[in-house]
Amino acid sequence: MTGLFSEVFLSALLFGAVTAAIPLLLAGLGEQMSEKAGVLNIGIEGMMLAGAYLGFVGAFYSGSLWLGFLTGAAGGIAVALIMALLCVRIGLNQIVIGIALTLGLEGLTALLHHFQFSRSYPRLPAADATVIPLLSDIPIIGPAFFKHHLIVYLAVALVFGMGYLYRRTQLGLNLQAAGDKPAALDVAGIDVIRTRTIAVLTTGALAGLGGAYLANVGAGLFIPFITNGAGFLGIVLAMLARGRPIWVLFGALLFGVCLSLTTAMQVAGINIPTDVIQMLPFLAVMIMLVLFGRRASLPAALGIPYERGAR
Amino acid sequence: MSIDTAPAASATALDATSGAATRRDILHRLLMTIGPILAALVIAGCILLAVGVDPLAYYGYVLEKGLFSPLGIQQTLTRMAPLLFLAAGLIVAFRAGMWNLGGDGQFLLGAVTAAASAPVLVQILPAWLALFCSFLIAMLVAIIWSLVPALLRAYQGVNEIITTLMMTFLGTSLANVLVKLVFRDPGTTVPQTRTLPVEDRLPRLFETTITSGLLLGLAAIIIVHLVMTRTAFGLKLRIVGANPRAAVHAGLGVPGLTIAVFAISAGLAGLAGAVDIIGVQGNVRADWNPAYGLAVIPAVFLARMNGFAAIGFVFLLSVLSIGGESAARRLGVPNHFTLVLVSIVLIVLALAEYVDHRYHQSRKA
Repeated sequence: MTGLFSEVFLSALLFGAVTAAIPLLLAGLGEQMSEKAGVLNIGIEGMMLAGAYLGFVGAFYSGSLWLGFLTGAAGGIAVALIMALLCVRIGLNQIVIGIALTLGLEGLTALLHHFQFSRSYPRLPAADATVIPLLSDIPIIGPAFFKHHLIVYLAVALVFGMGYLYRRTQLGLNLQAAGDKPAALDVAGIDVIRTRTIAVLTTGALAGLGGAYLANVGAGLFIPFITNGAGFLGIVLAMLARGRPIWVLFGALLFGVCLSLTTAMQVAGINIPTDVIQMLPFLAVMIMLVLFGRRASLPAALGIPYERGAR
Repeated sequence: MSIDTAPAASATALDATSGAATRRDILHRLLMTIGPILAALVIAGCILLAVGVDPLAYYGYVLEKGLFSPLGIQQTLTRMAPLLFLAAGLIVAFRAGMWNLGGDGQFLLGAVTAAASAPVLVQILPAWLALFCSFLIAMLVAIIWSLVPALLRAYQGVNEIITTLMMTFLGTSLANVLVKLVFRDPGTTVPQTRTLPVEDRLPRLFETTITSGLLLGLAAIIIVHLVMTRTAFGLKLRIVGANPRAAVHAGLGVPGLTIAVFAISAGLAGLAGAVDIIGVQGNVRADWNPAYGLAVIPAVFLARMNGFAAIGFVFLLSVLSIGGESAARRLGVPNHFTLVLVSIVLIVLALAEYVDHRYHQSRKA
């Protein structure tokens, strides 16, 4: 009996870990692209919240999860557009604007939710899973990894897509040059501002999508401040990954396991305050940093607005 | 707010003829601050209109409750105390080029340890000594908390944005664990620390409800400003901030200075927590996190890390948050609107500064 219980428990734990990891993965991949292009995007938490709220509203009123993902991504892009205008085009301080956007969207989404839904928190129906044949029959691993919504597999595929983009394509090289030596990119005849704008808007789309997934699939509802620091975790993941998309995936899964452990332990009735378990992922990363913390390889021009002809 | 371009401006101001120019500069700065704030209020007002709330009524309450009513202005000035300490800590860090984004964790740990120690200490020590010791404990705990990011940055070159963010998440959770498990008041059912009796808290100023912590905060930020602009130590920190490699070549002990910067910055954040608890709250409830740090960071930037300008921006933040809280209760607009308002003010101010800068450049050319 206990064997059966632990098997079910374990696969539920891993299933939850993947669900918790996907928004972090999307945010981390987005932030990574921004950072490669030289824009430190602290507004990503705000972009996720915009995505979560608009994604929820879209899915709630249309009844279609995919439309929800679309509106969520659009919400993220809308916020990213402000960021791109202010920080890339006219070069305002990225940290000031990023924090201001996060604060503003925290307030705005909570406000809109209040006026739209008052104090009710309507739920969406559970998302349909795309069951992968054969693989999903493997005990424990099958139900944990191969019975998710289609977008989960797409997000994981995106990791490899990003890897290809950075290593094999012109756009990928342009993005990295925009963060490492923007002046050189400019001399090569590529518009730095445009390259960085593409990066920031993509970040917005991915963060918005991550937020929409968090609200629509992960929680099934929207509550104010639902992202609860997920965007900041995305920043941490992007910085830890040293420019490699695959490490964002590993990091997101590590955080996912810890987050899922929190809920699993409560369900199992183990009496540890959630705060202790919530500390686990951060503790793990800090220990990793203390043990392996060498010089981080951040792009040289990260956080510096590009102005042609400026010294 | 005239000393924004700090050392250069004050050096030329010695010139006797530039008195009028300085006055014009002050006027210009004031206009450049008030104009954008009014513009931001209009934009935020449109959002209020969109959700069906009368913006004039809302702003009326904010002004009345945050600025013009006797009780409101006292609350506003009281709210300034912790914000000033936080701003002072950020000024040191940012001028030295270190992104201490872990202010909230340091603040909460300072608050919790102050809340835990003060009620015990007042029973065995004279009141002033007890409060002094609690302040000291809060400061030390926050400094210890900043040690890991400081050492990693100083000796391993690990980016402090990651580490301080991580430590702030850890610190927030740890503060909760401490409140729920270690320092919990056995006398109450809600998880919170023991309450410091009102008569043992920091004295209030004169006949008002304003905490004397305000004076401590003002002193802290002015001292920090003077140290950073007028002393050799401050100059060293600014060199590290401007160009760490040049600082090494100039023979400065960069690792030691890095640790000092983190210690000062975190210590001030810890004091911010202590001043809020010992001066105002009296205890810490579980899951209490006002997240002041995040709002103070952009304000310090907009003040160009100038202590006096930062006082002005902190005052503005306090008016908006105190006024917004009571306007929210009266008009049924959730308190979250204050966040929107603060955010729009910050963005419009940053934009105005850019436009102003551009205008001056084109006039020079």
